[in-house]
Amino acid sequence: MTMPDEEPVWLDDAAGPVVRPYAVTGGRAKPANSFNVVALVLSTRSAPPSEVGIAPEQAKIIHLCQRPLALAEVAAHLSLPLGTVRVLLDGLIAQGFVQVNDPRQAATLPDDSVFEALINGLRQL
Amino acid sequence: MDYVNSERTGQATLPTAIKILIAGGFGVGKTTLVGSVSETKPLRTEEVLSEQGVGVDDISGVEAKSTTTVAMDFGRITISEELVLYLFGTPGQDRFWFVWDELTIGALGAVVLADTRRLADCFPSVDYFERARLPFIVAVNCFENARRYSLDEVRLALDLDPEVPVMLCDARQRQSSKDVLVALVEHVKRQGLTRRPEPVGH
Ligand SMILES: Nc1nc2c(ncn2[C@@H]2O[C@H](COP(=O)(O)OP(=O)(O)O)[C@@H](O)[C@H]2O)c(=O)[nH]1
Ligand SMILES: [Mg+2]
Repeated sequence: MTMPDEEPVWLDDAAGPVVRPYAVTGGRAKPANSFNVVALVLSTRSAPPSEVGIAPEQAKIIHLCQRPLALAEVAAHLSLPLGTVRVLLDGLIAQGFVQVNDPRQAATLPDDSVFEALINGLRQL
Repeated sequence: MDYVNSERTGQATLPTAIKILIAGGFGVGKTTLVGSVSETKPLRTEEVLSEQGVGVDDISGVEAKSTTTVAMDFGRITISEELVLYLFGTPGQDRFWFVWDELTIGALGAVVLADTRRLADCFPSVDYFERARLPFIVAVNCFENARRYSLDEVRLALDLDPEVPVMLCDARQRQSSKDVLVALVEHVKRQGLTRRPEPVGH
């Protein structure tokens, strides 16, 4: 595999490496979804399928998301930008390999029980 | 709740994810606060922004025009199997408002951290959340050598609405950071359903 000759722009020394987003997504850098950074991703199967048609990064997502992880966590663990992970998720969703719970779709404020659980949970940390 | 069934049938129930934003000027303690209450050290993610008209379908896969990478620190607090809280440090610079717009969608509320040595650094955050109608509180992070302003002086200087809580904190202390988050959640609860956050759109 060849590395595109791109020069990433860093705004923060502590930022992790951005791994060739355009290479990973096969040049399809525009996701069809606009999942929230806290959209939760859960694999629907215990392992990636053995047949072809799945990128290594998509296989990693299936492994990572055996427990629900936020989009931002998936991106952080893979050292990929959010947009690239959104593109990878498009493919995984189309194949039914992950389900995503996007809170953007849940338009209302949490109910009182959620507030209570949050407050009590934080106090008990 | 068991997430690890092999070959799940149908839709598993996913937890509810709650997002709280931690805002304020550069070096005010955002990442410190995220780290002091989260269950792991702060994670880092990036949003890559391409200039308009970038040829993303370029078969070479080589970016033709410039991109900007905006980094965000965040942390996770698992409250229960049904409830997970995420804290997102917002990038400080004004030119990243588009990331703020994105982060604000679905956020429960925000903590604006203030350093009294450079109070003006948090003006943009306060202004943003007022316009976005996202409930927020102001937490004054107590740095050494900082002149002690009274909380009323801070409120006055920031021209805050009377219902916006202002408190002192030490972002390095877990207990103090917890207190800040509890104060925010209680504030949001009090605010109730009287407002709907919306992107400001710059
Ligand atoms: N004295 C003092 N220092 C702090 C406090 N919070 C953060 N710092 C320090 O301030 C510096 C910047 O904090 P950081 O969290 O990286 O700021 P950010 O740019 O807002 O994310 C670090 O060296 C912290 O250790 C505080 O409450 N008191
Ligand atoms: Mg920081």
